[in-house]
Amino acid sequence: MSALLFEEPLKKVTAEVQEYVRMLGQTYRGLVRGPYYRHDIVDQFDAIGVQSMTVVLLTGFFTGAVLALQSGQTLDQFGARPVVGRLVSASMVKELGPVLTGLMLSGRIGSGIAAELGSMMVTDQINALRALGTDPIRKLVVPRILAGFFMAPVLTVIADFVGILGGWIVARFQLQVSSGVYWSSILQGLYMQDIWMGIIKPFVLGFVIVSIACHVGLRTKGGTQGVGRSTTNSVVAGSVAVIAVDFFITRILFSVLY
Amino acid sequence: MLQAPEEPVIKFEHVRLSFDDNVVLKDVSFTLPRGHTKLILGASGSGKSTILKIITGLLRADSGAVIVNGHRVDQMSEQEMMPVRADLGMIFQEGALFDSLTVRENVGYKLYEESAMPIDEAHRRVEEVLGFVGMAEFIDRMPSALSGGQRRRVAIARSMAFKPGVLLYDEATTGLDPITATTINEEVVKLRDLEEVSSIVVTHQLRDAFFVADNMARRNHDGSVEILEAPPSKQDEACFLMLREGVIVFEGNAAALRASNDPYIRNFLS
Ligand SMILES: Nc1ncnc2c1ncn2[C@@H]1O[C@H](COP(=O)(O)OP(=O)(O)O)[C@@H](O)[C@H]1O
Ligand SMILES: [Mg+2]
Repeated sequence: MSALLFEEPLKKVTAEVQEYVRMLGQTYRGLVRGPYYRHDIVDQFDAIGVQSMTVVLLTGFFTGAVLALQSGQTLDQFGARPVVGRLVSASMVKELGPVLTGLMLSGRIGSGIAAELGSMMVTDQINALRALGTDPIRKLVVPRILAGFFMAPVLTVIADFVGILGGWIVARFQLQVSSGVYWSSILQGLYMQDIWMGIIKPFVLGFVIVSIACHVGLRTKGGTQGVGRSTTNSVVAGSVAVIAVDFFITRILFSVLY
Repeated sequence: MLQAPEEPVIKFEHVRLSFDDNVVLKDVSFTLPRGHTKLILGASGSGKSTILKIITGLLRADSGAVIVNGHRVDQMSEQEMMPVRADLGMIFQEGALFDSLTVRENVGYKLYEESAMPIDEAHRRVEEVLGFVGMAEFIDRMPSALSGGQRRRVAIARSMAFKPGVLLYDEATTGLDPITATTINEEVVKLRDLEEVSSIVVTHQLRDAFFVADNMARRNHDGSVEILEAPPSKQDEACFLMLREGVIVFEGNAAALRASNDPYIRNFLS
């Protein structure tokens, strides 16, 4: 009885993972060998990268600001207010920048991709592409994954920077820490390893978010309702994956870099 | 590619396909000779679209043989399928136009993206086929700004733009008013008789099926095109095929279909 209870979901998960890996294999083949759809690649860098800027700027800024506010409060207990910059930069660059950017991208990009590919799926547009001689993986998935992979780090660096800027505004005008002290403590708080970690993470997260969204989108069934379901699934799966993958990369990078 | 004239364009041999427990096609066999028309009738859900998708390799039969232009498509990989698809034009149910592209980009998709045709020549071809289906003035519209009938006509233009030898129409007239349906039926007849394409017309609207079977197109000396009743020999080139519960329950020409005594067919006809 209990075996039966688990058998169905287990089969589903296995099938899902199999499909996902298969899609990644096809994507790899599409990456190493053309045809390449350059126009679509450029469009996706714009859609995924440039158009996510506002969201990332706002999130980064307020995260840095609230981080300074909170740690200022705590640091006061030790009379260590001037090192607020160290806390802001270390947390922003190593963790909050990559993860929050990842979560934002999963919400904005993950849902968009799943909805777009999902509706193309249920209206036979994906079949129409194939019938017209186009491989949907090369045309739709490769450009999106490339854009996710390369733009997530760019967006993360921007988020880090505006986060530190937000922290500076709070430190300077609320905590009354002088600018010189803040910026020098920012630099003190940053080690080369932290910077590496902060750069490597978003590459992986960008790839994970976009590839999950493409997979979920291309598996859409069941009309408009199915598109809604896929959109939700993509955001949920993408966000959970961001947090989980972040933990594992952190673990791996600690043993590799430090 | 040289082909013996008697070689059929499409041949199904004992094709079977099921989705999990749902057996859609039990045992389907038929042959479409070059230049002929096959009219597939059947209630919705009887597997008509499935047959077209098997021909284009979008779905794979569980068993049986599917031969298109001499190739065993049931055994081909997606990559091997691409050259076969170059001779197949498919008009999807609901059109399946690309939402993000204009009418021009939709119609010329294959020419612009998947061929080495110079851009000027592609533009000219797109304008030509849009003229053929009477949609020239809508060339810069987005599909969302078209009516149902206009979308079907753009879909037909898209699938004929690269001059395939076979056109597969999936319910191109369903849900359209009779006047628009007739203009689409005339396109089907014109393409068959003037461009010499072989066609499979899927529909559950008998009126449209009979129109395609009973009429022919002729180009007059002054270049105008005329639709007129086809002589009996020509009518025999259109073959009806009725699907029910995964098997073919009727196969024959229009006269035989009209004369059938089978209660299911009589019910369908009335
Ligand atoms: N991708 C699919 N997955 C599962 N079932 C499907 C799929 N496509 C079609 N079917 C089922 O196959 C049957 C035939 O579908 P279809 O060929 O679209 O019918 P028709 O075009 O004659 O209306 C239907 O019962 C439909 O539910
Ligand atoms: Mg159908």
